[in-house]
Amino acid sequence: MPHVYGNDFGAPERAPELTDEAFAALLADDGRVEPRDPMPEGYRRTLVRQIAQHAHSEIIGMQPEGNWISRAPSLRRKAILMAKVQDEAGHGLYLYAAAETLGVDRADLLDQLHTGRQKYSSIFNYPTLSWADVGAIGWLVDGAAIVNQVPLCRCSYGPYARAMVRVCKEESFHQRQGFEILHTLSHGTPAQKAMAQDAVDRYWWPSLMMFGPPDDDSPNSAQSMAWGIKRFSNDDLRQRFVDMTVPQAEVLGLTLPDPEIRWNEERGHYDFGTVDFTELFEVIKGNGPCNRDRMAHRVAAHEDGAWVREAADAYAAKQVARTEGAA
Amino acid sequence: MSRGWPLWEVFVRSRRGLSHTHVGSLHAPDAEMALRNARDVYTRRQEGVSLWVVPSAEIVASDPGEREAFFDPADDKVYRHPTFYDVPEGVEHL
Repeated sequence: MPHVYGNDFGAPERAPELTDEAFAALLADDGRVEPRDPMPEGYRRTLVRQIAQHAHSEIIGMQPEGNWISRAPSLRRKAILMAKVQDEAGHGLYLYAAAETLGVDRADLLDQLHTGRQKYSSIFNYPTLSWADVGAIGWLVDGAAIVNQVPLCRCSYGPYARAMVRVCKEESFHQRQGFEILHTLSHGTPAQKAMAQDAVDRYWWPSLMMFGPPDDDSPNSAQSMAWGIKRFSNDDLRQRFVDMTVPQAEVLGLTLPDPEIRWNEERGHYDFGTVDFTELFEVIKGNGPCNRDRMAHRVAAHEDGAWVREAADAYAAKQVARTEGAA
Repeated sequence: MSRGWPLWEVFVRSRRGLSHTHVGSLHAPDAEMALRNARDVYTRRQEGVSLWVVPSAEIVASDPGEREAFFDPADDKVYRHPTFYDVPEGVEHL
């Protein structure tokens, strides 16, 4: 009797392994992989690492903006910012759930974040020094994230792709509210406009770094493309972001801090200056402005919340005991 | 113990007249918390008028490895589709 049933969720038993050739045939045939399908171990490991890193980024990403909730300039801005930060928590949860379909445990992923064995996006290691930074993060950081994430909605792994569809739908409000903050500031007093310009000056280059190292220095890209995890190269996505953003900056009346930005008629794209990737690698290594703060805050929040998790456990156990006692 | 919070699958009815659709999963210690968390995680933008949460471990699923054999009975029954039949020219409302 063949094994005709099982469970698609939370898969404690890992999907059987599959050779690269057989997997390529499956991808060509169906295009999508679901949790209990056989898959190459490398595919599974790459996805766990990428989805976990993505989930961690959403959770750590709550900090730079959370920093401004209590000091938002109006009740309207405060309500919007709280909704946005709550969305980031939600995005983290969608993604942890997607990772768990690959046979890993969320608690283990959090452990790996807290001990530095898994990374999060380096952009969140930059400080939010002024209210305008909240605008710059929405416009540039979320804008770059959207460019990165839209192709992931067609990623070969079903649960990841479905999570990304939800995330992308919600991100567009994030970007617009950021743009609106900067637009309001840049059409306000000279001091407000200067504050907006300062935020854009500090966030522009780190936003370009979000697309990762240049193509000729990105060793895993080719494999991820073959597996249908990645659809476009880092440099292509970076170019797409620049092309989108330059005209928006003109509407804002703000300058992007790169004198080399100019329209290239021949290429049909904007040319731009060289990104300083040594800075990116330093931040990834842990030497960004806020790495230690972000991690300390995350670990403290987790530990301080332990009593809530324990109380919920105790309550659930008590309810079970009562139901059983009554029966 | 909290490492072991069970997994729940979440189904949302987006509006009356439509069936519940699977939207994702979450961890919760009991059914009530699962419902409350599902509301906060999956219906922040009025995506639903009704929620189901089901312990993931209770879901029985067909085996993807047995897909072909399992769904084989429907493979050779094209006559179950209306397009299988020839309809003479000029016949309407059929």
